[in-house]
Amino acid sequence: MNSALILLGHGSGGKLSHQLLDDIIIPALSGIAPEEQNDAAVLPAIDGELAFTTDTYVVDPIFFPGGNIGDLAINGTVNDLAMAGAVPVAISVGLILEEGLPVADLQQVLASMRQAADTAGVRIVTGDTKVVPRGKGDKIFINTAGIGRIPAGRKISGSAARPDDKVLINGPVGDHGMAVMASREGLELTADIRSDSTALNGLVEDLFTACGDKLHVLRDPTRGGVATTLREIAGQSGVDITLEEQAIPLSEGVRGACAILGLDPLFVANEGKLLALVAPEAAEDALAAMRRHPAGRQATIIGEVTAASNGRVLMRTGIGGLRAIEMLSGEQLPRIC
Amino acid sequence: MKSQDLTTAYRDPAVARALLRQIETTVRNYRRQMTLMEVCGTHTMAIYQHGIRALLPEQIRLISGPGCPVCVTPVDYVDRAVALARRPGTIITTFGDMVRVPGSSSSLLREQAAGADIRIVYSPLDAIAIAACNPGKEVVFLGVGFETTTPTVAGAVLAAEKQGLTNFSVLGSHKTMPAPMMALTSDPELQVDGYLCPAHVSAIIGADAYRPIVEACRVPCVVTGFEPLDVLRGVLMLARQVVEGRAEVENEYSRVVRPDGNPKARQILETVFEPCDARWRGIGVIPGSGLRIRNSHAAFNAELKLPVEVEEPVEHKGCLCGEILKGKVRPGDCPLFRKICTPEDPVGACMVSSEGTCAAEYKYGNI
Repeated sequence: MNSALILLGHGSGGKLSHQLLDDIIIPALSGIAPEEQNDAAVLPAIDGELAFTTDTYVVDPIFFPGGNIGDLAINGTVNDLAMAGAVPVAISVGLILEEGLPVADLQQVLASMRQAADTAGVRIVTGDTKVVPRGKGDKIFINTAGIGRIPAGRKISGSAARPDDKVLINGPVGDHGMAVMASREGLELTADIRSDSTALNGLVEDLFTACGDKLHVLRDPTRGGVATTLREIAGQSGVDITLEEQAIPLSEGVRGACAILGLDPLFVANEGKLLALVAPEAAEDALAAMRRHPAGRQATIIGEVTAASNGRVLMRTGIGGLRAIEMLSGEQLPRIC
Repeated sequence: MKSQDLTTAYRDPAVARALLRQIETTVRNYRRQMTLMEVCGTHTMAIYQHGIRALLPEQIRLISGPGCPVCVTPVDYVDRAVALARRPGTIITTFGDMVRVPGSSSSLLREQAAGADIRIVYSPLDAIAIAACNPGKEVVFLGVGFETTTPTVAGAVLAAEKQGLTNFSVLGSHKTMPAPMMALTSDPELQVDGYLCPAHVSAIIGADAYRPIVEACRVPCVVTGFEPLDVLRGVLMLARQVVEGRAEVENEYSRVVRPDGNPKARQILETVFEPCDARWRGIGVIPGSGLRIRNSHAAFNAELKLPVEVEEPVEHKGCLCGEILKGKVRPGDCPLFRKICTPEDPVGACMVSSEGTCAAEYKYGNI
């Protein structure tokens, strides 16, 4: 590459595009040899049901404590498959680059994507690259699609929660959202907060091994946070869920930052957390399995399904009070005083 | 002290249970219902967030007052901010709560979608930095808030003056706290037996600022912090005063609030601002309850510096925000609540702010 910046010509389909693909993108993401490059990837035959997901990543800033838009895109896609009980097989990557993006930044993002894919054990098999004029995009947008294989006998759904199910989470909430917000806004008070972005497919496999069909619901509480995700599950399943405020793990940094900014950590985004609803008799096994996994060391039971009802989520507060938890309305905004 | 210690020390369930027992014992033989008003929006949120109302004995009724700065900001202020946002070459800077407040025909959020340059900041000093980076544009900061935030706005004006910035100004709607409490105690339709006085405001103005209320109106005042144990202690102290027929200023939040407050902050405030009459949404004009920029700093007063045509203010018919702000009705009494007025599409300001009574009831009250 002669240029240190992405130029409009890199999206032209001509010589510069081929240079970008051949020199930078394909070697970094997949290493597919030129003779194997065709208009579509060909996947091996897969026995059984497939899971198929897509997502688009537009995070600002693209680099933040604990990760960047690249590993976020891969981890997020892997996790969407894993939350359906699927073993990830292949991922596609669509890159929308803004004219003027430093090539070094692109390389760093691509390297993180490859590393995240290798860690999760999934291959990036196809993709696309476009360049938009300066000001028409925001450095880099990434669209992904993922295909996964669902092993026989797995039935995971947000509508499968049952009364008395226990609600588990694999660690502290709000780290990703607060790390990005702090990085974007230059908030110095949150220097020690890092994104929790990570692939959760290994943890999910351990949960299936420990619980089998006693594992009823899996969901990663990304945008909207734990509160919005549990409201979705309660609504889908027609149950009430009651959380214990004191049981919800929270890092000291996120707790302090939320207190100062007037934000509720239950509504702050996560990228390396999952909520698992399991039958009560399997809850301890699930908890032990989670805690044995690196992504679940701080796993805990945070509540339970209390009734078949119309989809409420309630919180037993630390001092013994009870309050409702609604879905996030719009964006969480810092308060005035 | 670590930030975790700052909160967990005031959330101990055993201490909460002990305080609740003391409150029950205090009011056990009290035959009337006592109405205690939390004046501050952050108290309202704390009460809902921790589920405190349902833990109290039935003799104690907690009602919310006019202490959310966004909620009491009149609609014509929002209309003026919208008109300024439409002015070419203007950047509006504001705390997040304000962008969703509906004006007569628009809101800042809608103007942003239509192309206006509106930026959420965390401090008025952020607005100064934006002004320094955009010399060709006028940067207007929306100065809304009580004594808690006004000193920081004054500090920003002084900083802008020191830096020689000529493209920064403040559209002010600053208010002060004891005045509306006095006004509410003289409302014949409202019987307030005691006030939980705001924590942040009191840190600036001091606990002594409430003496005129207890002396003139015989209403007990307890300056109270925001943690759940603070609120329970504040309720206990108020309940004891009411049962014993006392009316005094007591300070539950003495770890932060001094009798004379923060003189340095007040001095900065008084350098830039002077008292004025102010209109409170739902209450009307309260003499001497506002703060406006002094003539000596008129160059930073957006209202004088940037004349714009402002539409005729229109309040939504049926919205009971005014009555809710005075504690006369509850959100559920409003015909619009949860039906037409929701956080996604708020009609009244009480539903907009994260500290508004209706927003708190919507978010936490559906149990």
